[in-house]
Amino acid sequence: MKFTLSWLKEHLETTANIDEISETLTRIGLEVEEITDPSAGLKEFITARIDSVENHPDADKLHILRVNDGKDIYQVVCGAPNVREGLIGIFAREGTLIPLYNERLKRATIRGVESCGMMCAVDEIGIGTSHDAIIELPSDTPLGLSAAEALEIDPVIEVSITPNRAECLGVRGIARDLAAAGLGTLKPLNIVKTPAKFANPIKITVQCPNECPTYTGRYIKGVNNHVETPKWMKDRLNAIGIHSISPLVDITNYLNYDLARPLHVFDADKLKGDLTIRMAKNGEKFVALNEKEYELADFALGICDEEGVQCLGGIMGGLEKGCSADTVNVLLECALFKSECIAKTGRKLQIDSDSRYRYERWVDPKSNISGSDYATALIISICGGEASELTVVGSEENYQPQVAYLRPERMETLVGLPVSAEKSMEILQKLGFAVSLENGKIKAVSPSWRGDIEYEQDLVEEVVRMIGLDEIPAVSLPHDKLPKPILTPAQHNAMMARHELASRGMYETVTWSFADSDIAQYFRNGHEAILLQNPIVKELNEMRPSILPNLLTAVKNNIARGYANLALFEIGPEFDGRNPTEQHMSASGIRCGQTAKKDWSHAARDYDIFDAKADALAVIAAAKGPYENPQITTDAPGYYHPGRSGVIRLGKNVLAYFGEIHPAVLKALDIKTRVVAFEVNLNNIPLPRQSAGKARKKLELLPFQPVDKDLAFVVDKTVTAAAITAAAKNADRNHITDVRIFDIFEGGNLPEDKKSVAISLTFQPIEQTFTDKDIENLMNKVIVEVGKKTGGTLR
Amino acid sequence: MENLEDLKNEIIAKINTCTELKQLDDVRVAVLGKKGKITEMMKGLGALPQEEKIAFGKGLNILKNDIEAALEKQKKILEEKALNEKLKNETIDVTLPVRPETQGRIHPVSKIYEEVAAIFGQMGFDIAEGPDIEDQFHNFNALNMPVNHPARQMQDTFYLNNDPTKQFDMETAYVIRTHTSGVQIRTMEKQQPPIRIIAPGRTYRSDYDATHTPMFHQLEGLVIDKNITLAHLKGCLYDFMKAFFELDELPVRYRPSYFPFTEPSAEMDIGCLKTKTELKIGAGTDWMEVLGCGMVHPNVLRAGGIDPDEYQGFAFGLGIDRLAMLKYGIPDLRTFFESDVRWLKHYGFTPLDFSSMTGGLSNNGGLAR
Repeated sequence: MKFTLSWLKEHLETTANIDEISETLTRIGLEVEEITDPSAGLKEFITARIDSVENHPDADKLHILRVNDGKDIYQVVCGAPNVREGLIGIFAREGTLIPLYNERLKRATIRGVESCGMMCAVDEIGIGTSHDAIIELPSDTPLGLSAAEALEIDPVIEVSITPNRAECLGVRGIARDLAAAGLGTLKPLNIVKTPAKFANPIKITVQCPNECPTYTGRYIKGVNNHVETPKWMKDRLNAIGIHSISPLVDITNYLNYDLARPLHVFDADKLKGDLTIRMAKNGEKFVALNEKEYELADFALGICDEEGVQCLGGIMGGLEKGCSADTVNVLLECALFKSECIAKTGRKLQIDSDSRYRYERWVDPKSNISGSDYATALIISICGGEASELTVVGSEENYQPQVAYLRPERMETLVGLPVSAEKSMEILQKLGFAVSLENGKIKAVSPSWRGDIEYEQDLVEEVVRMIGLDEIPAVSLPHDKLPKPILTPAQHNAMMARHELASRGMYETVTWSFADSDIAQYFRNGHEAILLQNPIVKELNEMRPSILPNLLTAVKNNIARGYANLALFEIGPEFDGRNPTEQHMSASGIRCGQTAKKDWSHAARDYDIFDAKADALAVIAAAKGPYENPQITTDAPGYYHPGRSGVIRLGKNVLAYFGEIHPAVLKALDIKTRVVAFEVNLNNIPLPRQSAGKARKKLELLPFQPVDKDLAFVVDKTVTAAAITAAAKNADRNHITDVRIFDIFEGGNLPEDKKSVAISLTFQPIEQTFTDKDIENLMNKVIVEVGKKTGGTLR
Repeated sequence: MENLEDLKNEIIAKINTCTELKQLDDVRVAVLGKKGKITEMMKGLGALPQEEKIAFGKGLNILKNDIEAALEKQKKILEEKALNEKLKNETIDVTLPVRPETQGRIHPVSKIYEEVAAIFGQMGFDIAEGPDIEDQFHNFNALNMPVNHPARQMQDTFYLNNDPTKQFDMETAYVIRTHTSGVQIRTMEKQQPPIRIIAPGRTYRSDYDATHTPMFHQLEGLVIDKNITLAHLKGCLYDFMKAFFELDELPVRYRPSYFPFTEPSAEMDIGCLKTKTELKIGAGTDWMEVLGCGMVHPNVLRAGGIDPDEYQGFAFGLGIDRLAMLKYGIPDLRTFFESDVRWLKHYGFTPLDFSSMTGGLSNNGGLAR
């Protein structure tokens, strides 16, 4: 909501300067967003008169002026075409800062003649762009006056009006609030009743009094819409960014912003027959002023003549029967429409207007007759014409003002600041409430311009607002001296996973919860697409089924920036379905390129799926999940390489996927390097039992040295590493404490379908040191067990 | 009978001229070995008469000890020389860089999560959570925003058809939550007061420009009990802001505002100094808006199943990304979500940088490699 200082002062008698006004507005809840003050740069410019004009001896287009600022006479060389004796304009003395050049004016010699100042064009003082001529002021302008004053430059104030303060969508409402805050007095609004010269020839019927409790219409005949809108009105509208169109339109716009009072003016000659206010019929068509056609339904309220809906009540007039420059007879509408009806119609038809904005919030239900009178007087004073009697359908007096009660002690118990009943009543009264004490409670009857006071809390807010929030003490919350940990087990797991992945060299990122269907389609893993109804851009059109498409997009973008060695992860939601809570927390990451750039120590290598597998297991470990002896299957989703991917499971429960991203997916994304990835579903990791204490299992330290022995087996290529290690371990669970694979070999003398797998075993003596025979026995057990389970033979 | 003194001098001279350990050992063998000179002389002792045997034997023993000492001394010298030479050959260029190590980063948003959890944890808060896809009851209606409420239009909501087999209907559709305030309701549905929670999370609005992204992060706060007042709200938020910005004093200002779910409502500004190149929190004459807050509206308590005649309290909501920008001087919100590794490395936090009120909220770039 914008307005100018002079506009405000039309309603508010005040000596406060703009800084005090601005500070007060913000303090009482009308937050000042911006003050544009073009006069700020005009301080040093003054008015001055040209006393004489002589031709420059050495230049055809230049003149030598004698300029009089009321105190001194200056010689000025000037090239403007409109110089003449007696012209009063804006003068810059030597040393004045010229906004256009951002430089101070210096004394100069122009073709041999000294010039001590400048008569200014609008561009030079920063209030316009024209450089054609110097400014000409009325001949009765005093000399030596500040330019800001002479030009009536008006600062523009922009405030943000919260939805509950609809009355402040008019300048008068803002003035009223400032007056209540003690910053001056509200001037009376002088509404002149224009005498009625004839009966209203148009009959008005309201068929839906619920949606339109009051409708007033006045016929004004013989107006001239060709005249200029008065300068003061034009200037104010221009200052707040509204173009002047014609006096009739300007007047309705002006009252919208002056009194928060929407109006509509029909060209009465275009209306056919009488006016009916009714709900639209399903399928009825309406072309609005914005030249768009709308298909209406029975939720919309129409102002109709015999030919159908001519105005969408409270929202927008029709294109066909509005006024034009040639309009002579008008019907002025000033009515009340129910906010629910306006909101619903506006929302369903997606049509915005200043009028809808106001009706949706609150329009003073007792401002229909006064608003009509005020507008009528303005129309007749500007455009001429004669007014009819006012037709009023539905009395304003039926309006029941809101009543709320305030228990005076609630100021202390809700706000923490005791305020006496007298003080609260005084504040409410200043705001326009009718107050009285009833059984110790303050009864506050809302003024008709306030529609937001329903509860005791609303009255508390009014009092607090006027006293100032800064007056309320700040009291620390009482709390336990030694508070409990704040994170839930699941939140703690996520935090540990985050720090673990970062400590493994990965960068955490945060990407959209949205994904691009073009990419996400590969990652849905059997789920339906969860498409947004109104995505903001095509690339963010569905709720992501997986974090990976976003990380892959990040890979692509980083590679394009020249960064090819990447390790990125994100911990965030993935969506399994469209219903609330059908989502899970995933810790997902990708790696591609090399572990490092080229280096003298040759430490770098390509990332491979075992990096991704290690990441996944590290996350499971960080989340206190079962990371030792993981159960691995090879049925990862289709966006992974079918032969280079795995699933980490706990029975049926999928803890994680890991593997290389399927080359076809990478190709679709135009990524030309191998990418490995993992996804850990944090929700599927079982949380530790609440009853589990923090004590560790007792450590048993054996006095006997363990013994390491190696064995190599020849097995079918299809035999997995896990099968061999599991078999070896099973050979003697007590004494074999570790089995590691240290070599895999194919080819050489081995048959085509065979491979050699070498394992290193750790044997731990428990009762006494091993003899050679003990060790031989253990090795034999392993050979037998591996042979039995995998068909492997000793190499 | 040779003069033992001459023999000693001769042998010691030989020892002292040795330059290699091998050479020295040869001398030792020649003198003290099984067939060495002194060994032979010892063997010859038996043939001597008793008196001579004693005197000569004594002399020989002294000689042997002196030679052994000389050998040991020369051996030490030669060994040290050999070691020095070996070490000299092992010299490498110590200016070579260390082997590449990778150190990861924590995203600023996560860091702020951890910082605010550390602070509110001190004040006895729990962390609550809610879903990103919400029904309109939790996102709007229960928060005193009925369907025609103008504030609902202001939120640029993303909608999701709740039933893809039917035509989209805005009245029944799900929304992608526009704020974390819905967690207030979900918390009240689960527990009666006293309630003291924060709810951090992703929030979404259909807005994308220099200062808005379609996804951003909010922190909701809710405190409900019998005697909680607006003064507590001010105290709690002041305590939080001071702790968060790690300042002893921080100018703050509250402005009356409007949110459908609180009454009275306010916005909080903190004092700062804005220049073209920097933003300094805690000093100067400018104000920076940081959050919205207020006393929970009785309708909201009622919607959550709590009796507003018995309980009251406050709620607040702040932007986590915005806090990160203000505290760590990050200029552009959009860069938070671009996954640019240069940005992540520069603005991210090292993995050992845990936040606590006793150990410090952040190491701010310390340890970074």
